[in-house]
Amino acid sequence: MTALLEISGLSKAYPGVVANDDVSFAIQPGEVHALLGENGAGKSTLVKMIYGLVKPDHGTMRLKGVPYAPAEPRAARAAGVAMVFQHFSLFDALSVAENIALGMEAPPKPRDLAARIRDVSQAYGLPLDPFRLVGDLSAGERQRVEIIRCLLQDPKLLIMDEPTSVLTPQEVEILFHTLRKLAAEGTAILYISHKLEEIRTLCDAATILRLGRKVGACTPRDVTAAHMAELMVGKSLAQPARDTHAPGAVLLAVTRLNLRATTPFGTSLQDVSFSVRAGEILGIGGVAGNGQDELLAALSGEISAVPDAITLNGAPIGALGPNARREKGVLCAPEERLGHAAAPEMTLTENAVLTGRIRRGLDRGGFVDWTRARGFAQDIITHFDVRTPGTEVAARALSGGNLQKFVIGREILQDPTVLVVNQPTWGVDASAAAAIRQALLDLAQGGAAVIVISQDLDELLEISDRFCALNTGRLSVARDARGLSMEEIGLMLGGAHDMAEVVA
Amino acid sequence: MIALEKRPQPARGWVIGAPLLAVLLTMVAGGIMFAALGKDPVGAIRIIFWDPLFSEQFSGYSRPQLLVKAGPLILIAIGLSLGFRAGIWNIGAEGQYIVGALCGAAFGLAFWPSTHPLIFPGMVLAGVLGGVLWAMIPAFLRVYARTNEILVSLLLVYVAEAMLASAATGWLRNPDGAGFPGSRNLARHAGTDNPELIAGTGMHWGVLAAFVAVILAYVIMTRHVLGYQIRLAGQAPRAARFGGVNAGRLVILCMGVSGALAGMAGLFEVSGPAGRISIDFNVGYGFTAIIVAFLGRLNPIGILLAGLLLALTFIGGELAQLMLGIPAPAIQAFQGMLLFFLLALDVLANYRVKLKRRVAV
Repeated sequence: MTALLEISGLSKAYPGVVANDDVSFAIQPGEVHALLGENGAGKSTLVKMIYGLVKPDHGTMRLKGVPYAPAEPRAARAAGVAMVFQHFSLFDALSVAENIALGMEAPPKPRDLAARIRDVSQAYGLPLDPFRLVGDLSAGERQRVEIIRCLLQDPKLLIMDEPTSVLTPQEVEILFHTLRKLAAEGTAILYISHKLEEIRTLCDAATILRLGRKVGACTPRDVTAAHMAELMVGKSLAQPARDTHAPGAVLLAVTRLNLRATTPFGTSLQDVSFSVRAGEILGIGGVAGNGQDELLAALSGEISAVPDAITLNGAPIGALGPNARREKGVLCAPEERLGHAAAPEMTLTENAVLTGRIRRGLDRGGFVDWTRARGFAQDIITHFDVRTPGTEVAARALSGGNLQKFVIGREILQDPTVLVVNQPTWGVDASAAAAIRQALLDLAQGGAAVIVISQDLDELLEISDRFCALNTGRLSVARDARGLSMEEIGLMLGGAHDMAEVVA
Repeated sequence: MIALEKRPQPARGWVIGAPLLAVLLTMVAGGIMFAALGKDPVGAIRIIFWDPLFSEQFSGYSRPQLLVKAGPLILIAIGLSLGFRAGIWNIGAEGQYIVGALCGAAFGLAFWPSTHPLIFPGMVLAGVLGGVLWAMIPAFLRVYARTNEILVSLLLVYVAEAMLASAATGWLRNPDGAGFPGSRNLARHAGTDNPELIAGTGMHWGVLAAFVAVILAYVIMTRHVLGYQIRLAGQAPRAARFGGVNAGRLVILCMGVSGALAGMAGLFEVSGPAGRISIDFNVGYGFTAIIVAFLGRLNPIGILLAGLLLALTFIGGELAQLMLGIPAPAIQAFQGMLLFFLLALDVLANYRVKLKRRVAV
C-alpha cells in the first residue's frame, strides 16, 4: 500500500533557529498519527509546511505517491489536506453557517449549506445548530464548527493542532469517537499533542520531535507514557516536590461575587464564593471562556466589585484598584502575556516597573528610578532563567515561554501575600513549566496563599491542595484535590454543581 | 522582490539619518520640479532653506520670523504629543488656541488702560484657563458619556471661530476703532504686550515657554511615572489598566495639558505678533501643530526640530514666491514632498529592507 503522505528530509530554518532538520515519516490512509514534542520542538512548523503556510528549505513531500508542494493553504485544501487550528478563526457575531461559508471557495446557498452542515454533524456525532451565533457557543462547540468546516471539503488528511486543550473530558470522548469514525472511513489524521495518555488511547503511530529533529517513532499503545515523555524531553523530568502541611488562617475570601460581563460575549460571574488559606494552593479548573479572565480581573482590581465581596485578612478590598491591592500584597499574573501582563513594545526594565513599582520601591517622588528598575528586571532574569540578551529588549522579542517566566517571576519576587495566576505554564516547555510549578509550591510553602487558574487538569491536580471549577461564570464547591477522579472533575467542569452534596 | 523585515529595536542611526536623507531627497525632487517650471532649481532651494537665515538682504526680516512662527507650533505640538502617545486624540487645539487668546485678551482689556505689572501674568493665566476649559468639554464627554474626543474637539473649533467673530465685531471691538472689527492693539500697550525679549531674534515669552515645555516634556516622558503611564496607556491599554493606570484621569490630564499649552500659545500670539483679536486671528497653528507633533515622532526634541523646519519652509516658501515668482501651489507641493519623504523614510528606522529572490515552486 502506498502511504497517503510521505515526508522525506524536510528542513526549515529561520534566522537564528533551525525549526525542522531533515524530518522524514509517512502517514498511511486511515491512520491516526501522533506528532509529539515539547513547545518549540518544531511541530507547528512541520504542519505549516504540510498545509502550505510555510515553504520548506529542503526536502520533498509526496501525497498518494504524487509530488506535493502546496504553495498556499488553498492548494493544500484542493489536494485534500485540511487543518483545525488550535486557535479558532471564527467571527463571534456571525452564525455557524455564515462562518463556514466565509471559508469556502464557492459557498452554496445558505439553506443548502445548512442542510449539509446538519448531515455532516449527524453522521459524525457532532451536534451543531447551523443558525446559532458563534459567540454563544462553548469552546467545544466552536471546535466542532472548525471540524465540520474541514469535513465539508471531504479531506484525505485531517491535521488537528492540540484539539483537546479546550475541551472537558466528556467532550474529549465525543471528539475521539468522531476521529475514530473518520479513520475507519479511510481518512488519515495527523494529531498534534503533548498529552501522552490521550495519544495512547487514540493513535496508531507516533513520530516524536525534539529541537526540530525526529528523535523517535513508536506505536503508542505498546509503550508507556513515561517512555514517550523521555523521548520528547530527552531526559527524565523531576516531579515537583511538595510537603504536606497544615494550612494556616484564611487570607483571601470571596463571598457571593457577582459581576456583569463588560463585553457582549464576555461571561458574567454569578455568586462566586471561595477562600484560600496561608500555605495553600487552590486550583480553579474550567474550559476557557467560562469566566477565568473576569475572575482574574475582579481579583486584580481591574474591575471593581462590592467592597465586602473580596476580603484580605478580613478587611474589605473589593473596591480597591490594582495598585492599592498590590500594596496590600495581592498580586496577579494574567493569562495574556502580550498586551495584558506585559506591554509588547516596552523593554523588560519598563515591564518590571509595570507591577513592581510599588512593592519594590522603583520610584522616588514620582520619578522612576531606572537603575533600580533595571536591577529588579535583572533579578527576575537571573532567578527564573529568562533567556534574553539583556534587560533592554522589547518584551515582544522574547519567546512566549520566556516571557511567561518573566511575568510569573516578576510577581513571585515581590513576595506576595496572595498570588493569583491564570494559565501559568501555557506555552512553556516542560522543564520551565516544572520550574514555575515548583516556584508556586515554594511560595505556598513560605506561607502565601496561591490561586492557580488553569485549563490543564494534570497541572492542577499535581500542585493544588483543593480544586474547584468555573463553568459559565459559576464556581463549584472546592474539594480536596487528592483522590478526585477524572470523571468527577469532568462533572464539575460540566456544571453539576450539586455533586459535592450528593457525593459527600 | 523587496521585503521589509521588522527590526527587534528601532535602529539608532536611522532615527537621525532618515530625516536628513529626507531633506536631501526633497531638495533633489523639488529641484527637478522647479526646473520643470523653468525656474533656477539651485536658486530656489537656496532661497527656501538658506536665505531666510543667512542672506544679508532678507534675514533681517526673516530670521526673527523663524522663532515667531515656530514658537506656537512647538508649544501646541508638545501638549498634543502627550495625549497622542496615550492614545488620546485632541484634534481641536485650534479652538483651544482661539479661546485662550479670547480669555487672555478679555482679561487684559478689562483693566484697560491700566499698566499694572500683574496684568500680563493675569492674562497668561486667563489664556491657560480658557484653553483648559475648552479642552475639558471633549475630555469630560469622553470620560462620562463615552463620546469620541476627535469629533467633539474638532467641532468645537468651529464654535470657537464663531465666538472669535462675535468678539471681534462685538464685545471685544475697539471702541475707538471707528466701527472697524477687531480689538484694541494689545501689543502696542505697555502692560498687555508680549514684547520681543532680545531685539532681532523674534524671541518672545511664548517662544521661551515653548523651549521650557520641550525640556519639561522630555523629563516627564523619560523619567516621571506620569510619562511612563502615558506611554503604557498608548501602547497597551489593557496592560495599563492592569498596571493601575486610571484611564479617565489620564484623559482629563492629557486633554488639560494640551488645552493649557494651546491656550497659552493663543494668548502669547494675540498679545505679541498678532497684536489684537481680529476675525482672521487664527491662521491654523493648531492644525499644523498636529503635523509637527507627528513629524517629530511625538518626541519633544523631534518636535522642536520639526517645528523649526516647518517654520523655515513656510518663511522660505513665501520668499521664493515673492522673489522668484514660483506659484504658491508649487511651494505647497514642495512642502508636501518634505512631509512625504520624512514619513516614508521613517520605515527605515523600524524595518530592514531585504532583497529576496523569489523561491521557485
